[in-house]
Amino acid sequence: MPYLGGEETVRELRRALSNPNVQSDQLRYRNTILKVIRAMSQGVDMSGLFSEMVKACATVDVVQKKLVYVFLCSYAALNPELSLLVINTLRKDCQDPNPMVRSLALRNMTNLRLPSLVEYVEQPLAAGLRDRAACVRRVAVLGWAKLHNLQASSEIDAAVVNELYSLLRDPDPVVMVNCLRALEEILKDEGGVAINKPITHHLLNRLKECDIWGQCQVLRVLQRYRPQSEDELFDILSLLDASLVSPHPPIMAATLSLFLSLCSGQPAVSLAALERVRGPLLAACGSGSREMRFTALCHIQLLLRSIPGLMGAHYKRFFCGYAEPAYIKQRKMQVLVELVNDENVAMLLDELKGYCTDVNAETAQAAITAIGRIGRSYSDRCLEILTGLLGLKQDHITSAVVQTMRDLVWVCPQCSDTVCFALEGCEETLQDSQGRQALLWLLGVYGERVSSAPYTLEVFIDGVRSEASLGVKMELLTATMRLFLCRPAETQDMLGRLLHYCIEEETDMCVRDQALLYYRLLHCGIEETRKVLQGRRSDPSLGVLIGRPAEPVSQWARSFNTLEPLRQGSIETESVSRGSPEHTMFDPKPNADLSNTLDCSRIEKVHSGKEDFVWMEECVRCPTIPRCSPQSLQAAMQLVNIQTLAFTPPQTLPWRVYLYTHTCLDDAPHSTLILGELLYTGEEPQKAEVHKDDKALKGFLSILTTVLHTLSSERA
Amino acid sequence: MISQIFILSSKGDHLIYKDFRGESGGDAVGVFYEKVTALTGDQPPVVMSHKGLHFVHVRQGGLYWVATTTADSSPFTIIEFLNRLSALVKDYCGSLSEKSVQMNFALIYELLDEAVDYGYIQTTSSDVLKNFIQTEAVSSRPFSLFDLSNVGLFGAETQQSKVAPSSAATRPIQSSREQGGKSEIFVDVIERMSVVIGSNGMLMKADVEGEIRVKCYLPNCSEMRIGLNEEFSIGKSQLRGYGAAVRVDEVSFHQMVRLDEFDSHRILRLCPSQGEQMVMQYQLSDDLPSAPPFRLFPTIERDSGGRLLMYLKLRCDLPPKSAAINVAATIPVPKGSLSLSQELSSPDQSAELKPQSRAVVWKIPRFTGGMQLSALFKLEVPGLSSASLLEVGPVGLSFELPKLTATGLQIRFLRLSPVQPGPSQRWVRFINITDLNIFTERSFS
Repeated sequence: MPYLGGEETVRELRRALSNPNVQSDQLRYRNTILKVIRAMSQGVDMSGLFSEMVKACATVDVVQKKLVYVFLCSYAALNPELSLLVINTLRKDCQDPNPMVRSLALRNMTNLRLPSLVEYVEQPLAAGLRDRAACVRRVAVLGWAKLHNLQASSEIDAAVVNELYSLLRDPDPVVMVNCLRALEEILKDEGGVAINKPITHHLLNRLKECDIWGQCQVLRVLQRYRPQSEDELFDILSLLDASLVSPHPPIMAATLSLFLSLCSGQPAVSLAALERVRGPLLAACGSGSREMRFTALCHIQLLLRSIPGLMGAHYKRFFCGYAEPAYIKQRKMQVLVELVNDENVAMLLDELKGYCTDVNAETAQAAITAIGRIGRSYSDRCLEILTGLLGLKQDHITSAVVQTMRDLVWVCPQCSDTVCFALEGCEETLQDSQGRQALLWLLGVYGERVSSAPYTLEVFIDGVRSEASLGVKMELLTATMRLFLCRPAETQDMLGRLLHYCIEEETDMCVRDQALLYYRLLHCGIEETRKVLQGRRSDPSLGVLIGRPAEPVSQWARSFNTLEPLRQGSIETESVSRGSPEHTMFDPKPNADLSNTLDCSRIEKVHSGKEDFVWMEECVRCPTIPRCSPQSLQAAMQLVNIQTLAFTPPQTLPWRVYLYTHTCLDDAPHSTLILGELLYTGEEPQKAEVHKDDKALKGFLSILTTVLHTLSSERA
Repeated sequence: MISQIFILSSKGDHLIYKDFRGESGGDAVGVFYEKVTALTGDQPPVVMSHKGLHFVHVRQGGLYWVATTTADSSPFTIIEFLNRLSALVKDYCGSLSEKSVQMNFALIYELLDEAVDYGYIQTTSSDVLKNFIQTEAVSSRPFSLFDLSNVGLFGAETQQSKVAPSSAATRPIQSSREQGGKSEIFVDVIERMSVVIGSNGMLMKADVEGEIRVKCYLPNCSEMRIGLNEEFSIGKSQLRGYGAAVRVDEVSFHQMVRLDEFDSHRILRLCPSQGEQMVMQYQLSDDLPSAPPFRLFPTIERDSGGRLLMYLKLRCDLPPKSAAINVAATIPVPKGSLSLSQELSSPDQSAELKPQSRAVVWKIPRFTGGMQLSALFKLEVPGLSSASLLEVGPVGLSFELPKLTATGLQIRFLRLSPVQPGPSQRWVRFINITDLNIFTERSFS
């Protein structure tokens, strides 16, 4: 049991290792060393055996040597003095007639990672570069990179760098590729290895000799090259065409990356390249390895951002397999939503319908959300499916359906009749707070059309004492207020009870404040209340906003073939399922005054605490903004999580809007606050921002621009 | 660029850990396992990040194969490499399991050492690696009497010895060198078919993904020629020969395959290296040359006692000489189903209610062509409503068809040159793994 008696094992192994009988029997010696390594990889601390292992290193048995080196490299940092003893053996091995022993010694010499040994290593490394065996040269070349990183302060001799450059012409392709890798690391401060025309052409000509890993490396380094003429560019592109449709996904992806960076000035060529990789990418989507399938799917999503119709005819490839893991199914659904068109919508919805009853609740919810997204363009068919799903009376399905319906009604008000009809009776199956919030919102906004609305609310109000969710309480308040406005006779009594409870007994300040606000609002008279509470019920123009326009390739070209696309999606889906801010917990939108006072305090806090903010100005060409009503601008902004603070009255010049938003990146330690001023002086509108995060600002600007463009095209 | 590589068992035991660059200190393995176990499902996302550490992992043989890397490295490359690494380990150790990795850790360290240097992939070709790998594999296969059944009296060839045992190809490649292992070559034609059949019996979707794999135990083999059916055609327009055409949509080949005789005679020429490699991949979607091999006739109703009755009839439309094996039908049942009583038509079948996956699994070990089997399942479902009936289905069927391919692809011949000295054996195997989805009668209304 090596797990338990760690010390006992060490003692026993030490005895065995220093036993001369064991040492003389090669097989027993090797087996003892094996035991040491086994214990080491199981996590037992074996560093106490270092000196015994150093002795074991001097042997002719290559297997034993390799095992000892595994040990030494793991523990060398703990025993720098004792490691000096190994160096002699290693240096001797570097003279061995067997090239395998030479490369082994050289590699482990550099793997010890001890700055104190550098002076002993340089000479064998230099000799290694000129070794006649390719496997030694491979190791020696990378050894220089290791050496450089070990003591980054000291400069590597210029002669070595020159020698590495000349080894780019080495007959062995792996040596050539390793030279590229080593030079990239050594010359990192100068921007990496110099990629000029002769080197580029040399690398391109030898590309075919490399294996797939080498090819990927070369293609990656070449991304820095800028062809001098258009003819040269097209020569390179035609040379690489075969790699673009390579059956190996790594080569295909690396080649496409190179294409996109070479053709950054020629969008038409990039788009043609995307069409060309469709086949190989689809093949990777059907790969036997599910991780590879997932990677290909994520990259297809990137491509679809620029050419939405790219995969339209191949939608069946994205149908989910019965046994596929949930993360692949959810990605496939995201792709399917993008591919929908008049011809395939029936098939697609049929397929998605099948996923709604998936065993995995998250997959089922994703399928329902996907149907809701398609509902924005094909509302009748989708609503039929959604109402059918309510019949299953399962809590997670009902919750997802009600949330989806809420989102759908906000964009497509024409669906409201069907939705109102379907809502009857589903409060019994709803369990989670998200679903109940959605139901309450719908009851508040469309209360006059749902005959049972007051009774449903009454059940909620009777149970408000045991309600745990803050969001549900807030939503309940607003919904009851709204229902009171259209059906006062039935609601008056329960509204009174609710307000009384919230003001007198509720401990949460948010709920109490909200209730107080409504109470005082009611004192101002019914007309005033109506003005504040009855905002918009829907915004059809947002349907256009959500159907993403084709983005230029350059928007995502940098993240292609990195880990970025594989991580992104999960965050994206989250924000989709959270819905628009109209429906989120802290935002009873129409009473803007309240939420603003609430948030202004936070802004000031940020200012006083941290002074690192940046100013910038940006001009956007959006001619007709000021003519749109403040409400629609506000609603549009809120849908993309931008809140409006204040407006100047319409038709005044200069016209101003003040905006703010928070970034909510998962990996950022704290969120960034962006404050914006939208300024229209008469000729062209301008924006000026205060912020402190470059990436966040860029995202903000692009979103804002999209909103402005959509709104202005609505008006036009 | 790869910083570290480690292999974890599904329970989180450290099997292999190698740090190539010594940059990211700390307990990466622990962090990774924590992240995996913190997730609800058993399917963690392929990429996970934690404070500048980026984990990319694949699952093979029930193990986590994890690489830590930088954010800008290519996921395609790393995933392909991890898959390739697991394939190498499988080649060298014979099979892929926690036990075989544990027993052969020295060999795997040696492999990793040669395959990756300073985080850069050097080579994964087994031809190159075999010159460097010195450690012998330890095979974990226990002695079995079945191994002896292939040997006839006094070495005479028996009927049995014409069929290789299914475990024949799961042995380490290295042992062929010294231990006098048999020089054998296996050519596997593997087709994965996924079919969806609508409630009216119409074929809704059919996809076949096929591959030809060569697993080579020959110490030196200069060239090998594989002849496919002559009427094999690619794409829709092309038709060859007069017989029933064997058609696929797309084909891709391994880069070492020479195709100079492919256009005229459908012959692939290659020099296989030791170990397993994919020679050819092909795809076919939608029009299958033959009808799907099974038909299902379901009847679902509620009996007077509030139980759910499912009467399933399954017919196998294969020719009578062939059979499907390991047939498993998965029938999703309503949530909260409590107990199952069953009436099956023969004793070797079995059925089981799996509450966590909410399904009844009906297993039939062998299903001969032309047969018809039926089963009656009675389910106890508290609070059964007419809506619960909607949750039944679609039925998933998975099975293997030995010696049959859905596309009709055949291997005409397999020739090795030069003629191998001593006895060498050539095996051709066809494996068809199918995932069939049959929608039962269901409509939302």
